[in-house]
Amino acid sequence: MNDPIIAIAFFVLAAVLLISALAVVMLRNIVHSALFLALAFVSVAGFYILLNAEFLAAVQILIYAGAVMILLLFAIMLTQRANTPMSNVSNSQAGLAAIVAAAVFVVLAFVLSKTSWLTGAAAVTQPNTEVLGKALFDYYVLPFEIASVLLLVAMIGAIVIARED
Amino acid sequence: MLTAYGYIAIFLVIAIGFGIVPLIISLRERQTRPDPVKLSTYECGVETIGPTWVQFRVGFYLYALVFVIFDVETVFLYPWAVAYGKLGLYALVEMFVFVLLLAVGLAYAWRKRALVWK
Repeated sequence: MNDPIIAIAFFVLAAVLLISALAVVMLRNIVHSALFLALAFVSVAGFYILLNAEFLAAVQILIYAGAVMILLLFAIMLTQRANTPMSNVSNSQAGLAAIVAAAVFVVLAFVLSKTSWLTGAAAVTQPNTEVLGKALFDYYVLPFEIASVLLLVAMIGAIVIARED
Repeated sequence: MLTAYGYIAIFLVIAIGFGIVPLIISLRERQTRPDPVKLSTYECGVETIGPTWVQFRVGFYLYALVFVIFDVETVFLYPWAVAYGKLGLYALVEMFVFVLLLAVGLAYAWRKRALVWK
């Protein structure tokens, strides 16, 4: 894979991410905002793939674009009032917020340009999911099984709290 | 590895074009002479009664919660499936224990009638 293609992919993903993030804030219908948030999550997953972190990309799509979006959409659908097409109203502080966001950007850009980035001895080029799988089912067996107990507790807790009777 | 994702990128471009290009062509080529009969709901739908953006029952949140739990389970299934060829019987037993524990949760939800469509 040669560099220009990766550069093109990066800038396309960055454009999609920025446009969808802007749409989240600026669209009037909050359901549309949520859907564009899902698109933003997916494009972040694209960045992870460009960085050779394919497991992280899969988790990003499964958890953020899947689970978090489902919870968000359900929360919207379960609480919405009559006037959904005008539910994501802006307020008078948009200009102030823009100034604060620009200030944060300037600080971040300054810090990022001043930092000397320490890189590892070798770049990650191997598909790392298999390595992760082997580690998870060999050395980290106990945390893995405890995770299932944690999920069980979360599920039972959710049912106990959310069930109506 | 990135080359394989290049195919996904090509697939994405074609899929998006497949949806958008016919819309653009029909937008450019069609004649627009609407009348009330043409604009009425037909074939795939009926006239709606009341607003279409309604509040859903809070009970549906349970389905979302159960889905999220099993979505997190998928995160663990994925590296297991990728490394399966190198892992052997022990990992299979581990995964069975894992899925069994979550199946207990599903059985609990079932038993408590949390999955009943009311």
